[in-house]
Amino acid sequence: MFITVTLSLLEGLLTTFKIFALTLLMALPLGLIISFGSMSKIKVIKWPIKLLIWIIRGTPLMLQLIIFGFGPGLLGLYGMDTFVAVMIAFVINYACYFSEIFRGGIESIPKGQYEAGQVLGLTKTQVFFKIVLLQVVKRIVPPMSNEFLTLVKDTSLANSIMIYEITWNAKRFMNSEHILWPLFYSGVFYLAFCGILTIIFGYIERKLDYYKG
Amino acid sequence: MKILEVKNLAKNFGKIQVLKGIDFSMEKGEVVAIIGSSGSGKTTLLRCINFLEDADKGQILVEGNCIYEGENAKKLTPAEIRKNQLNFGLVFQSFNLFPQYTAFENVTLAPKLLAKERPDYKQNKKQILEEIDSNAKALLERVGLSDRMNNYPCQLSGGQQQRVSIARALALNPKVLFFDEPTSALDPELTGEILHVIRDLVKKQTTMVIVTHEIEFARNVADRIIFMADGVVLEDGTPEEVLDNPKNDKTKHFLSKLSEN
Ligand SMILES: Nc1ncnc2c1ncn2[C@@H]1O[C@H](COP(=O)(O)OP(=O)(O)OP(=O)(O)O)[C@@H](O)[C@H]1O
Ligand SMILES: [Mg+2]
Repeated sequence: MFITVTLSLLEGLLTTFKIFALTLLMALPLGLIISFGSMSKIKVIKWPIKLLIWIIRGTPLMLQLIIFGFGPGLLGLYGMDTFVAVMIAFVINYACYFSEIFRGGIESIPKGQYEAGQVLGLTKTQVFFKIVLLQVVKRIVPPMSNEFLTLVKDTSLANSIMIYEITWNAKRFMNSEHILWPLFYSGVFYLAFCGILTIIFGYIERKLDYYKG
Repeated sequence: MKILEVKNLAKNFGKIQVLKGIDFSMEKGEVVAIIGSSGSGKTTLLRCINFLEDADKGQILVEGNCIYEGENAKKLTPAEIRKNQLNFGLVFQSFNLFPQYTAFENVTLAPKLLAKERPDYKQNKKQILEEIDSNAKALLERVGLSDRMNNYPCQLSGGQQQRVSIARALALNPKVLFFDEPTSALDPELTGEILHVIRDLVKKQTTMVIVTHEIEFARNVADRIIFMADGVVLEDGTPEEVLDNPKNDKTKHFLSKLSEN
């Protein structure tokens, strides 16, 4: 039984990891774009983006998953894969949170850094990528590591719309075999996943520790 | 031919008129010191000339060519502004070094990025980069930092950081180098090393504009002193003319207050 449960949870872990990795892959660049939008001087870009961030951060991710998971069906748009729906909800949700972290990081860089780059004849793009970006990365590593850990655990919400990740598989044993321990056991998988992330983030922080400021 | 001419430059921040028509010019190799009380517009003038602010009116000419015209400011493309900007170098009061780069990398960063735009970059890449490196080494040596090249800004004293920032500005061979109170963010015992570097630049015939509160230093190094008050140039002459025989009452008042301290 233990082996059956372990194998099943490992299978769930694969789905969990897939949601985790795909969300990061898409939400990080999208978050950067959204953060530029939220800092834009153009009002018709800035305010809709602010509104979106407010709505996404102001409602439960669970509710967003349900809306994206069941919403299309209610509107008569059958055929959207549930997994795709889950991914859309996760990506938009996390992109909004990331965008606020990026914005905080970018706005914390002193104006003098941009001006020094400008008087040295660098283009805006060069100033951003060669001067500002690494400083932003250094500043946002701690809040980002928080978000990454939260994302690992948030993937479990996907079980509510029939995605067979770890928690779903653990609950399945509760229903079919009337045993509770697989659910407790599933915590070990989350702990291990988060443990690895913590180690990676610790490494990145040490790598960026070579300078101050 | 004047290397720099500023004609009737005016700048408002909202309703406040900070520059009210500044006129001055300088020859190649000349050193001009700008003095004046706090809020008189010295920093704003330097920022307008260095394209960090758009002046509302007036012109800036380099070697007779107009590179900025307040009325047409919005028509310049970013590429044109960049090209014009490279006529000048600016040393900030607060250094603004890039913290993630060593002293050496701070000096080479911009020349290396600019070199990529040279048509012969691909063919002569190795040689071009070596030249930039050896030039940066020579500059850091000149400002007395040959042993601190591989240190990060956070490992350097304020005076050393300011010297790196001077080397960084010199690396692009500006036609005119501007200093905005280069010593006022430093402890008094560190100002000497910066003034020493500037004296050395004077000897090398570097064309410079120095905003400073160090009057005696200005007297020593400057060919001309400009006194600014409330956004206008009140005096423009040799150190003796401006400091010893000022024409304007405001200048007299400013100088007497300084000598009280
Ligand atoms: N970005 C800005 N927005 C609004 N007002 C500004 C701005 N920058 C400068 N000013 C105002 O312009 C005036 C001149 O400022 P500036 O910094 O040029 O003076 P300064 O001569 O350099 O003074 P200091 O000797 O203290 O450095 C001041 O009244 C200042 O408050
Ligand atoms: Mg100033």
